[in-house]
Amino acid sequence: MSRGESATPLGRVRGLGSAHNGGEHWLTERVTSIALLFLGTWLVASLLLIPQLDQRTLIEWLRAPSGAIPMALLIIFGFRHALDGVKVVVDDYVHEEGSRFAWNTLLLFLAIGGAAIALFAVARIAFGAIA
Amino acid sequence: MVVSILHRATGVALSFAGLGILAWWLFALSNGPEAYSTFTKAATHPLGLVVLIGISWSFFQHLLSGIRHLVMDSGAAFELGVNKTFAILTIVGSVLLTAALWFYLLGVAK
Repeated sequence: MSRGESATPLGRVRGLGSAHNGGEHWLTERVTSIALLFLGTWLVASLLLIPQLDQRTLIEWLRAPSGAIPMALLIIFGFRHALDGVKVVVDDYVHEEGSRFAWNTLLLFLAIGGAAIALFAVARIAFGAIA
Repeated sequence: MVVSILHRATGVALSFAGLGILAWWLFALSNGPEAYSTFTKAATHPLGLVVLIGISWSFFQHLLSGIRHLVMDSGAAFELGVNKTFAILTIVGSVLLTAALWFYLLGVAK
């Protein structure tokens, strides 16, 4: 890890900043944000275009591949982007190494747990266990 | 400055309240009529509506200021005037989009 001796701007800042690493993290956050730009717009547009927001209509919407697949992607990209984003906040405000590790671990479990619940629900709807 | 703080605050709100409610909504949808009516009762309660409207505003604000950040990551729009206009537009846009969404969803526009 270079600290201040590289010829390139990226090389000079690698290892610096409150997290001490994270070029990949920075890029991932932006890549997922672009995906969410589309998926978020899709969700809002869908909710506006669906004739009725009752359970039956919504299940019909999520049962079709055109509903289930974007929703699964929204869950995956959404939780990943949230985890990346909240990690930046933790790295900025939690300075002690041990508690930073504890916070990031807790948030990782929360994100994976939440994503699992949401993905399970979409799968249950899409694979038709309920009418 | 304000818009940058808002980006972080709305991001945290979306991460916890937004994704939490999304997961709850989907799980309730998949879990039968009783589970779903518990969800809709909470969602249509005045307090629930305030939370949902807040989340939708957070979504639009975060989306618009996120676009602004992507533009700035490319090295553009750092001129003071342009930057400030863009910042103000994110707030104006998010408020207008939130109002339009809820006027429509609550049937006010129909």
